[in-house]
Amino acid sequence: MRVLLRNPRRELEIDGPLSVTKLLRRLDLNRESVLVVRGDTLVPGDAVLADDDVIEIRPVISGGAL
Amino acid sequence: MKCTVCRGPAVIDLRRHNANFCPDHFLKFCRDQVARAIDEHHMIEPGERVLVAVSGGKDSLALWDLLLELGYDAEGMTIGLGIGDYSAASTEAAVGFAERRGLELRLIDLRDDFDYDVPTASAVTRRVPCSSCGLSKRHLIDTAALDGGYDVVATGHNLDDETAVLLGNVLHWHTEYLGRQQPVLGERTGFPRKVKPLVRLAERETAAYCVLRGIDYIVDECPMAEGNRHLRYKEALNAIEADSPGAKQAFYFGFLARAADRFSPEVDAAQQALRPCARCGSPTTGEVCAFCRLVDQVAGEDPVPVELVRPGRAGVLSERPGGRESERGSSGPLRSSKSGKRRR
Repeated sequence: MRVLLRNPRRELEIDGPLSVTKLLRRLDLNRESVLVVRGDTLVPGDAVLADDDVIEIRPVISGGAL
Repeated sequence: MKCTVCRGPAVIDLRRHNANFCPDHFLKFCRDQVARAIDEHHMIEPGERVLVAVSGGKDSLALWDLLLELGYDAEGMTIGLGIGDYSAASTEAAVGFAERRGLELRLIDLRDDFDYDVPTASAVTRRVPCSSCGLSKRHLIDTAALDGGYDVVATGHNLDDETAVLLGNVLHWHTEYLGRQQPVLGERTGFPRKVKPLVRLAERETAAYCVLRGIDYIVDECPMAEGNRHLRYKEALNAIEADSPGAKQAFYFGFLARAADRFSPEVDAAQQALRPCARCGSPTTGEVCAFCRLVDQVAGEDPVPVELVRPGRAGVLSERPGGRESERGSSGPLRSSKSGKRRR
């Protein structure tokens, strides 16, 4: 599958099938800090990603000042 | 994974609520959490005019959308901060959101309207970029709300923001700041009422809300904020949350319920020391307010490119002849010339 990562923006190719939870663990990402997006919707932790999926792992942590 | 409410396919799991939701019930969950925060903390009364501080990021656009969904009279305001491509994309997201919905959005640009920008202010003052950025935004939003006759300013601070700030204030025992860390800051002379309707939503939830509502927001992080202390606190708290779901919520709402009022006398003392700025009339502890002093110091200075400002830290970067990056501290020559400086 093709995985888009941000900050910095980069792409990875990872073999499927693989659950979202296992993918995040493999990439050493905290599930509290990201969303997994496929198309225009979200993919929950127990979903299995196929080898031909294209997904984005979107960080959700932001830090501004006001 | 099934939706806890309807048993349809779920798209998100919220471990701190021990619940999973389908898109429709997740959006309802978000509306309910915001409505509950507004109600519990008496944030906005029916019929009041709300000015939403909009950055173009997930939180402020989700907030604006949620307030409109809940039937509030909410207009937006955004500030061009001059942080290179990041600011341009942020403004574009805010303007795009407003235009697609036919909403009123007030625009202020630091460079066009005050002859400075955040990278230049950071370089000239030798302070972290977030310092002049936050100061500028607070002053300009307060002023716009009072001048525009709005009843209340709504900001997109979420549960993660508030928890990270709380952790920082506790670690350093900033007791005056602890006294002010409330979901509502009441209206006072020179200050509009400010409310934080997203305090019951984590930022993973506001981001999910935007994805499911089709809201285009700027995903990339501010290049000036990279590595700042606030982000490090969030990462630490998320590491705790991963092992102990609900920890952030318990920390923040426990503080509000059991400890926040113990710090209010220090807030009162700070309030009594305020008087009008001799220049703009905004409340200040000195003769001239911090915003007017900042403009005095930085307006008209030659613009400093964002690439030369160190993210999240004071000082600037420059290129040595040999190609190595060097840091410029308090005595570096990068500070631009005062010649030709324009005064407001």
